[in-house]
Amino acid sequence: MKKFLKILFCTSLLLFNINYTKAAEKSAELLKVDWSFKSFFGKFDRASLQRGYQVYNEVCASCHSVKYLSYRNLTEKGGPEFTEEEAKAIASNFEVTDGPDSTGEMFTRPARLSDKFVMPYANDEEAKSANGGAYPPDMSVLVKARKGGADYIYSLLLGYEDPPADMELDDGVYYNKFMYGNKIKMSAPLSDDIVEYSDGTKASTEQMSRDVVTFLMWAAEPHLEQRHKFGFRVIIYLIIISILVYFSMKKIWSRIESKV
Amino acid sequence: MSDHDYQPSSKLGKWFNDRLPLLTLSNHLQEYPTPKNLNYWWTFGGILTFCLITQIITGIILGMHYIAHAELAFGSVEHIMRDVNYGWLIRYVHANGASMFFLAVYIHIFRSLYYGSYKSPREVIWIIGMIIYFLMMATAFMGYVLPWGQMSFWGATVITNLFSAIPFIGESVTNWLWGGYSVDNPTLTRFFSLHYLLPFLILGLVILHIWALHVPGNNNPIGIDIKKPSKDTVPFHPYIVIKDLFALLLFLIVFAFFVFYSPNILGHADNYIEADPLVTPAHIVPEWYLLPFYAILRSVPDKLLGVIAMFASIFVLVILPWLDTSKVRSAIFRPIYKQFYWFLVADVLILGYMGAMPAEGAYLIIARVATAYYFLHFLVILPVLGRKEKTLDIPLSITEPVLGGFPNQATTKNKQNNRENL
Amino acid sequence: MSESDKKKPNRRDFILTATTAAGAVGVGAAVWPLIDQMNPDASVKALASTEVDISGVEPGQSITVLWRGKPVFIKRRTKEEIDSARSVDLKELKHPEKDEDRAKNPEWLVMLGVCTHLGCVPLADKGDYNAWFCPCHGSHYDTSGRIRKGPAPTNMEVPKYVFVNNTTIKIG
Repeated sequence: MKKFLKILFCTSLLLFNINYTKAAEKSAELLKVDWSFKSFFGKFDRASLQRGYQVYNEVCASCHSVKYLSYRNLTEKGGPEFTEEEAKAIASNFEVTDGPDSTGEMFTRPARLSDKFVMPYANDEEAKSANGGAYPPDMSVLVKARKGGADYIYSLLLGYEDPPADMELDDGVYYNKFMYGNKIKMSAPLSDDIVEYSDGTKASTEQMSRDVVTFLMWAAEPHLEQRHKFGFRVIIYLIIISILVYFSMKKIWSRIESKV
Repeated sequence: MSDHDYQPSSKLGKWFNDRLPLLTLSNHLQEYPTPKNLNYWWTFGGILTFCLITQIITGIILGMHYIAHAELAFGSVEHIMRDVNYGWLIRYVHANGASMFFLAVYIHIFRSLYYGSYKSPREVIWIIGMIIYFLMMATAFMGYVLPWGQMSFWGATVITNLFSAIPFIGESVTNWLWGGYSVDNPTLTRFFSLHYLLPFLILGLVILHIWALHVPGNNNPIGIDIKKPSKDTVPFHPYIVIKDLFALLLFLIVFAFFVFYSPNILGHADNYIEADPLVTPAHIVPEWYLLPFYAILRSVPDKLLGVIAMFASIFVLVILPWLDTSKVRSAIFRPIYKQFYWFLVADVLILGYMGAMPAEGAYLIIARVATAYYFLHFLVILPVLGRKEKTLDIPLSITEPVLGGFPNQATTKNKQNNRENL
Repeated sequence: MSESDKKKPNRRDFILTATTAAGAVGVGAAVWPLIDQMNPDASVKALASTEVDISGVEPGQSITVLWRGKPVFIKRRTKEEIDSARSVDLKELKHPEKDEDRAKNPEWLVMLGVCTHLGCVPLADKGDYNAWFCPCHGSHYDTSGRIRKGPAPTNMEVPKYVFVNNTTIKIG
């Protein structure tokens, strides 16, 4: 028993080690959302993904790229699952540079499904100079690149407030209670009804935040649904085979245990 | 050992075996007499072999899709995660596999510390094991650089800068390591090459580790020398094989939880930001399995002495067989050592925790005390304790203590012993 | 060792058989991802089609474009070439195919420029039929890209393609 307690103590210390990041250095307690993709069998809310794409496209895309997504991903299973026609129509709204053609000239053409998402700026320097020196990060894996993940991005979108009286803010700097250091160079991107949802959902700021974060989660982890599905099967299989091996082991060891 | 007399039954087998005695080897591995009272802490050798093979296989596959180039590495990892068939699965197995590998190796090392498996005649097994452990750390460190995220880049910068502490030639050495004046593309490509090479060196050392083990045979929870083969032993196959397999499957359940349900929890969020030489992350933290050494490094205020302390903390393990002067192996019969053993476990965990905290204030003081205690344990406590400690009486054989009273419950009794020993 | 010799494992034992079978299934399932990862990935599959502008190609000329990593010959044939391709007796052919089936629009022959012997790229306007000739092992193709002489077993392959309009072909 004493040993058990020791092991328990050590394990908890170890787990504490692993989870230290959760406790440390947080500006404010993050808003918690019961994301549909969080649980053991978690899946994305398809409609929310589609709305989230709309929010990304109409609001975020003017500054933020998602350079690792391709238009074909929009049709893939486990994603927003737009039809191929819808995705082709989406892609054709964007111009990509291709070439060189037979005369050596580069030319533009409408994007195809196989193209990556078109970036708002040609390079990081252009992105910085257009945004007062602040680089709008690529959003392909943004959810995985921030402590707190989906909850953090969601909180950040809703975390704009008037600064405390004793805080001086420069031009182009905004107060956000969830941002590290509380200062952010992005102005509040969302406000009620800034987009008009085609499915009739009311475009409140909370709703848009939820939808766009769902979209970003999918962008960062496009195989999440498959991963959850596989995980369930693998673990069930491992439990079954463990039981079988356990009884095989008993059987084999019984040969000597009864004989000694 | 008796298996040198082995003769294959078939004529072809005999012909082949006379020229290359693979069948003798296979027979030896199957019949290898193993103490029958090995508990589940002894299954981690098999688990570690599995981890190494898994890392090599998944690593070779990732190498088919990964591009070792500063401009392309981050994107090629995303390509693996998004486009390659089952690429996400293979990468998450590889990334979490490293953590599981270290988890298993720490259990394996601490099992050895508890039961005195490093003592004569097993010093060479232990030293090879320590070399493997050191190479594992080097491999893991270089592997973590390959995705070329922020933590990759800055971890590489900080760790390679350790070598700049060497007097006079430090700067030349770091420039040589980098292939430039900072961590950059040449550093990445050489790290990739070495990250690919080292696991095969480890594999070779593992074979030597097992070879060296098969000369004296396994230690056991009671820590006594046993006759082989005898009533105290069982053939490795099928008894130990099936037990190792069972333990491996339980281990795989834990592994699967990480891979499928929290694949990024052991990593650091900053590593999903592409490397940027102009911006250092707020806290540079190595992977969890290197944290105790990182804490030792930072707890010494002098740069050179800190590096020396860190390497000394590993070296002190290498010479452990000669630091521990006790003739008794197993902690079961060393009541005082047993207490100090658990102090050491707690000390290392505290060091790990301090390695993750900022090096300031109370954290720094605790880290310094823990570092001092770490060296105290190995350099003072163990040598003195071995001479002073009054040990308990040791049984003469594994089956002996029960031969008198419980003839049919010998192994049951042993199992109870083992459970208590844990 | 003595104990195990007395009682050899009973291979018909149900639980051991069931465990082995379940283990084999598991290993098989685990191996599949390791094999499938070498198949063409999602980004490669997405690049299945390409559009080619053929407005500048004069009769008798041909262009070569890259499709799925392989050369595609797009030849604008002259009247004589079409006639010679269409007048061949199918019985003479090693791999009988009508030119009408290979070139729907007789003026345009579109085919993979890969010799069906061992994958070299044949040279144009060469060989016994003054069409294509593979320098690697001496296969001669006619003006319809059909194998006439040499080691290649079949005609050069015609990929799936459509005329999007008069000046653009979409291959794939």
